[in-house]
Amino acid sequence: MPLPDIVDFEQVTVSDVSRVYGRRLALAHVSLTCSAGQIIGLLGPNGAGKSTLLGLLSTLTEPSHGEVRYGNRTAREAGAALRAQVGFLSHDLQLYPELSARENLEFFVGLYGLDRPAERVVEALTSAGLADRADDVVEGFSRGMRQRLALERALLHAPRLVLFDEPFTGLDEAACEALAMRLRALRAARRIIVLATHDLDVVDGLLDRAVILRRGRIRELGDGGSLRERYRAAIADGGGGRRPAGPGARGVTPARPVRAAEEPRS
Amino acid sequence: MSGFLRAAWLVLRKDLRVESRSREMLLTTLFFALSCVLVFSVVFVRGGQAVEGAAGGILWIVIAFSGTLALGRTFERERHHDALRGLLLAPVDRPAIYVGKLLGVLLLLALVEAVVVVMVAFLFRAPLFLHVWRLLALLSLGTIGFASVGTLFSAMLVRTGNRAVLLPVLLYPVTIPVLMMGVVGTAALLQPEPDLAMARVGIGVLFFFDVVFLTLALWTFEPLMAE
Repeated sequence: MPLPDIVDFEQVTVSDVSRVYGRRLALAHVSLTCSAGQIIGLLGPNGAGKSTLLGLLSTLTEPSHGEVRYGNRTAREAGAALRAQVGFLSHDLQLYPELSARENLEFFVGLYGLDRPAERVVEALTSAGLADRADDVVEGFSRGMRQRLALERALLHAPRLVLFDEPFTGLDEAACEALAMRLRALRAARRIIVLATHDLDVVDGLLDRAVILRRGRIRELGDGGSLRERYRAAIADGGGGRRPAGPGARGVTPARPVRAAEEPRS
Repeated sequence: MSGFLRAAWLVLRKDLRVESRSREMLLTTLFFALSCVLVFSVVFVRGGQAVEGAAGGILWIVIAFSGTLALGRTFERERHHDALRGLLLAPVDRPAIYVGKLLGVLLLLALVEAVVVVMVAFLFRAPLFLHVWRLLALLSLGTIGFASVGTLFSAMLVRTGNRAVLLPVLLYPVTIPVLMMGVVGTAALLQPEPDLAMARVGIGVLFFFDVVFLTLALWTFEPLMAE
């Protein structure tokens, strides 16, 4: 199945986006610019709007106000071709538990119309550390195994925009470290990576930028101290910090990386 | 194979594979349908003689009820584990997902109907196989009309909490004309003197409904799936 015309982009720009569900305001005038080769951490308490923002970035959710541009096109303008450039791992893992690991991957390889399907599936299974469980149904996997498989499913098609919602959930220490390595490799490959997480200690040193969402509003975390300290300070400050860079942001402070620690890029 | 058909086939094959392992939809739908036929046969068959004209109506009532049961489960697998979002993110024509799901429902209902028709013919002494091709046309077109609307509504309601209540509430008013035409056409075939002209009218009207419902469903599936 041939892929639609390839759409590629180096930047995703969220401009003054609001999202309303019924009478609930999930996101309020959010502006954010995500560039290739960056890992952006989306932090904030439960219900702050992180998953909503990821949904908007993934093209699955439409903004009630404002727009999201991928390069110079909106999701509506780019259509299905844009979806081929988005890899989304949501908190629920988007796998079919009745199918085996191999069948799950084969299904999505088919839907994405990828070349070398058998090789890609084997590579993904190996990368997930599930080569020896390839033909076991996912229902019998532990949460960590499912998480690793779902991660590979989201990255099968080498997407430009990588969106992860709580990717470290259920992973043991070794798997967390492997995922961190994977994220660094994706950054080196100039992917745009946005991850929502509560695992502050795990991502400390991994993020290029960290923004905090609170009550649907977005702020960039301040500098100084560990990620956890800056997060606590921002929460104590009522979601303080400064507005992140992005068109439409009033009083925008220019984008500046706020690397949380001294970890070198790979 | 075109991208659209290939995507529909992949969705269908995935559903068949899942169903072949769990047999959840097939068994629940089949047992429900057989139970309905048995209960109706106790009420409407006296002394080995069925109430006149009952067989056609009962056949379609069973199809509607068991079909609703199946339709309610169609998108359940996509709802669990958020798999629907995974499907919707794939770079395929989204109506192809609808077509794949619809074909899965149609195959399931075809299996159920094959058993139900034999049971109704046997228990109600109904001459269902006298005009087998016409009956096949009525059943096929009626089922396509019913399932095309039902699959769309099932997808539309997948994110709502009370979908089990809402599905029949939405589905039956829209598909009543399909079910009535099915009953009228089948009853015409089962009369002592079969009314073939009326059966042809039923087939024609059902074909018209199918074209309208399928066109509307393919047209509206993508916007209805937007979050």
